[in-house]
Amino acid sequence: MAKIKVVHYINQFFAQIGGEEKADYPAELRVGETVGPGLAFAANFKDEAEIIATIVCGDSYFNENLEKAKADILAMVKEQKPDVFIAGPAFNAGRYGVACGTIAAAVQEELGIPAVTGMYVENPGADMFKNHVYMIATKNNAAGMRGAVAKMAPLALKLGKGEPVGASAEEGYMPNGIRVNFFEKKRGSARAVDMLLKKLAGKPFETEYPMPNFDRVAPNPAVKDLAHAKIALVTSGGIVPKGNPDHIESSSASHYGEYDITGVTDLTEDTYETAHGGYDPVYANQDADRVLPIDVLRDMEKEGVIGELHHLFYTTVGNGTAVASAKAFAAEIGRKLKADGVDAVILTST
Amino acid sequence: MKLEMGYIHIKDIRFSEESRIQDGILYVSEKAVRETALEDEKLKSVSFDIARPGASVRITPVKDVIEPRVKVEGRGGIFPGIISKTDTVGEGKTYALKGMAVVTAGKIVGFQEGVIDMTGPGAEYTPFSKTLNLVMVCGAQEGIEPHEYEKAVRLAGFRVAVYIGELARTLTPDETTVYETCGLKEGIEKYPELPRVAYVQMLQSQGLLHDTYVYGVDAKRIVPTILSPTEIMDGAIVSGNCVSACDKNPTYVHLNNPVVHDLFEQHGKTLNFVCQIITNENVYLADKQRSSDWTAKLCRMLDLDGVIVSQEGFGNPDTDLIMNCKKIEAEGIKTVIITDEYAGRDGKSQSLADADTAADAVITGGNANQVVILPKLDKVIGTLDYITKIAGASEQTLHEDGSLEVELQVITGATNETGFNKLSAR
Repeated sequence: MAKIKVVHYINQFFAQIGGEEKADYPAELRVGETVGPGLAFAANFKDEAEIIATIVCGDSYFNENLEKAKADILAMVKEQKPDVFIAGPAFNAGRYGVACGTIAAAVQEELGIPAVTGMYVENPGADMFKNHVYMIATKNNAAGMRGAVAKMAPLALKLGKGEPVGASAEEGYMPNGIRVNFFEKKRGSARAVDMLLKKLAGKPFETEYPMPNFDRVAPNPAVKDLAHAKIALVTSGGIVPKGNPDHIESSSASHYGEYDITGVTDLTEDTYETAHGGYDPVYANQDADRVLPIDVLRDMEKEGVIGELHHLFYTTVGNGTAVASAKAFAAEIGRKLKADGVDAVILTST
Repeated sequence: MKLEMGYIHIKDIRFSEESRIQDGILYVSEKAVRETALEDEKLKSVSFDIARPGASVRITPVKDVIEPRVKVEGRGGIFPGIISKTDTVGEGKTYALKGMAVVTAGKIVGFQEGVIDMTGPGAEYTPFSKTLNLVMVCGAQEGIEPHEYEKAVRLAGFRVAVYIGELARTLTPDETTVYETCGLKEGIEKYPELPRVAYVQMLQSQGLLHDTYVYGVDAKRIVPTILSPTEIMDGAIVSGNCVSACDKNPTYVHLNNPVVHDLFEQHGKTLNFVCQIITNENVYLADKQRSSDWTAKLCRMLDLDGVIVSQEGFGNPDTDLIMNCKKIEAEGIKTVIITDEYAGRDGKSQSLADADTAADAVITGGNANQVVILPKLDKVIGTLDYITKIAGASEQTLHEDGSLEVELQVITGATNETGFNKLSAR
């Protein structure tokens, strides 16, 4: 098998050109050369990959001439047609980290060439780019080179070969907002006992799922004049016209339905049902008003308690549906309801 | 309380004229198990089959998985209040048949029964691809309601498991383990230096085919209470639920609850395993508040230092999980929670329906939305008629070549939230 071709990006310091006084060194392509940390990569690759070119650029030059430096380096990489691009590792060097993140992300996004970089978790480049490109977490100084290369090189090989990449905990990259399954060495209950013992002893432990910042929506003030309000019904209880014409999934819904209820005063066993897979559907199928109370709202409409019931209802299945999908449905449904002049919505779940 | 568990390793299951266990082989009289299953007049038919690890066999729709056991010494019998008379269990001597299970299957009840593949990628995710499975496919009498059918199949599974467990009564176990917890005062005196730890188990009780039974009592109707952790080994808790296959606790998981077993492993060494606390996951807010308040109160009254909380199901119970965690942590008790994730097929979504900063120690059973392709297998026990309707499947599930494109959700036990498996996510 042909060797994986790698282009490696490093700064002036790791190219042994100089320190801060040489940080204005412009981008330079060295074809066929393996420089500085590149030697450690080459040793780790054995016969599987080779560094076909090294790009050297001063940290100040890159950051002060961002657009030009980026364009120049992209052109250099493009010309070399590598299978994978490696930048750094940058450890805790701030400008170098930002340069590595910027260029690795650009190579990946603009040239479609997979890229990997590495740096210390507190490097400003980490937060900026860890969700854009695989970023190995390293120690905060170059003493951690061996460890950094030991993780970056195998990941680069996988990317170069187009092999599937495992979870962050397995590969050593910083969590990037994408949850990936993998098999641990111990079962979950044993991991829980280990974690609890650490927590009880006041020792550091790492949660397997850091809690997100939860999106909480404050309710609007109450509707003052119900008698003139236009009310709409929206449900995650899966009520659909009989036969589920839009094939809303019983779980993990990928879409929602919009149905006209002009003239409908009651939902019956023959006309409506639920698509929801999260509860016993018997009672909802017998009388879907139990989930989507159209009968009662029609009465209230007649009695003048509410102004009118909106002629469209929106429905999806809440069962196992990703929060991101639910949020996207809600934004769309909300816009439509607003455009239709709806004053208030009754949300029903199950 | 002290319970001696004797383990009898089963190496194969074969149908035979007469039921018996000999040299690690379970011989089953089909006639006898059929009669046992059909004692309930709501069931019209039952067929038995054997699925062995590695065989090209798919079992679906799976309802429950049960490990046969027999109580040989001490009070009560297996599945108290359900099959055996009500009596407090968890003391004496019990034998379990290891390496095998009774699996109930049949026409779908809700949307949510599961799949067990005995080979291929699906087998890697379900713990029940590693057990020799005696599968019973049950057919209902005409005109019975789905919930009656569910109950009939559930009880038939327990009867058959108990019938098979009885065959081990006079055998000598291959292995023996003793599980013993102390009384409160005794524990404090015996282990003055060790942290006091309990296991808080949340039982699925959303209702409408999402139920769990404790000594035969519907868990919706309990307030949080304490058990000796050995009680579950005699079947004090059984599954009656059809929530998504991946994260419901089949009765097999209750009998072999891994948190209980792993806490026993450390009992007297690094911690003092005080007790098991059970609570529920009802859908009404008042119930959620009462149950989480009481759970935290019990933890406080027991002077605990730490707890592990396990969840069952997802979505609505995420709120119970977070309420329990917050309130127990607020009592100054260190808490670790076990859950699973619904992060979307792309893994990019928020994994739980609720969150709180108090939940800083989380174990995950993996992302249930992950898609897997299950290749066509030679034999199906049960039926594929409902495969597109199982939660985690869709209209696009069945491919032309017979393979199935599904989320892990459909696989029985795949993302179990008692930490039964090694699957995780980051």
